[in-house]
Amino acid sequence: MSKLLAAPLTERAAWETLGRVLDPEVPVLSVVELGIVRELDVQSGKVCVTVTPTYSGCPATEVIRDAIVVALQQAGAEEVVVHTRLSPPWTTDWIAPEAGEKLRRYGIAPPHLAGQALASQPLRFHPRDLQCPRCDSTHTEQLSAFGSTACKSLYRCLDCCEPFEYFKPL
Amino acid sequence: MSTATTSVPTTTQAKALALAYVLRIGDACLIHGQRLAEWCGHAPVLEEDIALTNIALDHIGQTRLVLTLAGRLEGRGRDEDALAYLRGEHEFRNPTMLELPNGDFGRTVLRAYLWSAYMGVLWQALTTSSNADLAAIAAKSLKECRYHQRHAADWVVRLGDGTDESHRRVSTALNDLWPYCAEWFAADEVDEAAAATGLGPSWQSLAPAWQAIVLPLLNNAGLTPPEDTPFRSTGMQGRHSEHMGYLLAEMQSLARAFPGAVW
Repeated sequence: MSKLLAAPLTERAAWETLGRVLDPEVPVLSVVELGIVRELDVQSGKVCVTVTPTYSGCPATEVIRDAIVVALQQAGAEEVVVHTRLSPPWTTDWIAPEAGEKLRRYGIAPPHLAGQALASQPLRFHPRDLQCPRCDSTHTEQLSAFGSTACKSLYRCLDCCEPFEYFKPL
Repeated sequence: MSTATTSVPTTTQAKALALAYVLRIGDACLIHGQRLAEWCGHAPVLEEDIALTNIALDHIGQTRLVLTLAGRLEGRGRDEDALAYLRGEHEFRNPTMLELPNGDFGRTVLRAYLWSAYMGVLWQALTTSSNADLAAIAAKSLKECRYHQRHAADWVVRLGDGTDESHRRVSTALNDLWPYCAEWFAADEVDEAAAATGLGPSWQSLAPAWQAIVLPLLNNAGLTPPEDTPFRSTGMQGRHSEHMGYLLAEMQSLARAFPGAVW
């Protein structure tokens, strides 16, 4: 389709577009739901996106940046600039509550279930009463402090015997 | 990187001191990350393989941010890759302890504990750095560091207060590694300049806070650090142990064999 005929990309359309860009490692959450898109500025075809990365070493960071550029270009943006902002640092508190429910249905215990800010947890102990995302039992134990990605640890439900991942509060 | 304002020192001498201070942090993250990554595929159990490499990955991520900042402070156009892969041994400023060979699993987690407990204190203090970029990196890294410290602390207690064999091994490691911690707290002009300009705390000033964390945990683990000795390692001055050259040879081999390689 000719670009001359297409309506210019609106800010609302840009947000909706980013709402369909999924995190490659947690493919039920969009980059918006994950809370890493901090600002969006749309001006006559040029889109500036400000992103705050999750973990310093997260290998998905660059994949996500490319996916954002491609999605916005396909939605009609003529130019896309992605800025990285480190401060304030990303926190799991920025994951929307309804996104936490999506995580749970996907089989990952969301960070909100722990209910306590990281700084107020005793440093030596791991959460023990996590709710199993499959059967809701809190009779669970940690298998591994680190999981398939830096943001998760591995747990097991002692009632339904299923392993599950826990999105660690950060 | 953030676009926040960054205070750049003006005189050559001040610039060199600030650069050395930032390189100490970035190189420490890089070299410890490299050592931890050596466990990939070799840890005693799969869970620990994943844990050690995840921690290594956090370290490499922190390295990228800190070395990028160092390159900007230096102002000679060197980026994170040039600083990591194309510097010679004497230009690295990491504390010597981090370049020592891993040894067994107990030694590795003990070192990770001693260092992450220190980094927790250091990152916390750096959150108020006069350099806005460094402060932002610190606030971010502090959160990751807490998980490293927690995991390593679990293992130090488990091994120290475990079987006779595990106690013997981790106790030997503590006797070997402890003298290398003294280097962190030996003040010099780099340290003093950073404290004076507000770039970061004098590392020497952090010793009491570090000891207040580490000594009770070692006590819980049934471990006693050895008496202090006059020995001072000198990695932070760019004079490294005999192990550093081998580490760099492996880490830098690809970048040096294929200059400018991307993938």
